[in-house]
Amino acid sequence: MRGNSRWGPDPRMIPPSSPVPPPEAPVADAVGGDEVFLRPFMVTGGRTTPRHAGLRVETLLHATPDALVAPLRFEARRIVELCREPKAVADVAVALRQPLGVVRVLADDLVDEGHLRIEDQLGELPLALIERIVDRVSAL
Amino acid sequence: MSARSEPVLSPVAVKIVISGGFGVGKTTFVGAISEIEPLVTEAELTERSVGIDDTTAVRGKTTTTVALDFGRITLDDELLLYLFGTPGQDRFAFLWDDLVDGALGAIVLLDTRRLEDCFAAVDYFEDHDIPFLVGVNAFDHTRRFALDEVRDALGIDPRVPVIECDARRRDSVKGVLMALTEEVLTRRLARASAGSAW
Repeated sequence: MRGNSRWGPDPRMIPPSSPVPPPEAPVADAVGGDEVFLRPFMVTGGRTTPRHAGLRVETLLHATPDALVAPLRFEARRIVELCREPKAVADVAVALRQPLGVVRVLADDLVDEGHLRIEDQLGELPLALIERIVDRVSAL
Repeated sequence: MSARSEPVLSPVAVKIVISGGFGVGKTTFVGAISEIEPLVTEAELTERSVGIDDTTAVRGKTTTTVALDFGRITLDDELLLYLFGTPGQDRFAFLWDDLVDGALGAIVLLDTRRLEDCFAAVDYFEDHDIPFLVGVNAFDHTRRFALDEVRDALGIDPRVPVIECDARRRDSVKGVLMALTEEVLTRRLARASAGSAW
């Protein structure tokens, strides 16, 4: 993703006037402290929809080996690190404390750039898989 | 990428949607069985919130943020079941398509004191041909209705299961999930043999 120069030359640098807090900073206490208002789509450069459809909230994201050494910044780096083990878009959203839509846009870029991979979406679940789900749920 | 005929090697994620009116017990339902704390947020840059949200206090607010119920159950090493609650208020209806896309099936939770709160959900799943069932959440101190009465009041197809549940109890929640997965299987088998849309 180009055009991030306003965030400073070094990915770890936080310009004093940055509109985006560092991802590690607690973003408003999740419970109770919701008075601090942040525009969630700031981190996506204002985009609210992914370039490609297909990333569902439960889609599992896997980091590719190259991604872990790629020069990624901020949220992109954290997403890749989280997805060393497969994580759903929603899992990542919880970990980053970001809305689903924000993570979807970021993850979509990372898929595009080859840093994340996703499994092909199963259009219609195979019958055998449905039977397995029935079995497993009843064994819970 | 993965080939469909090969055994599943990397994990597969499936999703069940939990729906129903505001305050009907979706959070409790998901929390009763989930392995994780049930909360995720969604936001949309929207002008639709103007006039609905009170934005006068926050000048320039253009985002609506909503907390969604979210749960995960590891069914086995390679199979994850995610639960997502749809937002209860009508003004968040724009999130539904994204949440429901690809869902295995849906559970409509119902509070018999506010039956009409679930009409929108029932309509949605009927229109989109998504397997669903109705879970009548048992609240203390409320009159119990016969399940047939509930079915009649909702005007749903006789084949849609209507069952009683207690969203606070894990075994009851598990029972609802079982009933739904069996419904999904039944509908798939019926369609395979009849070739009909149902």
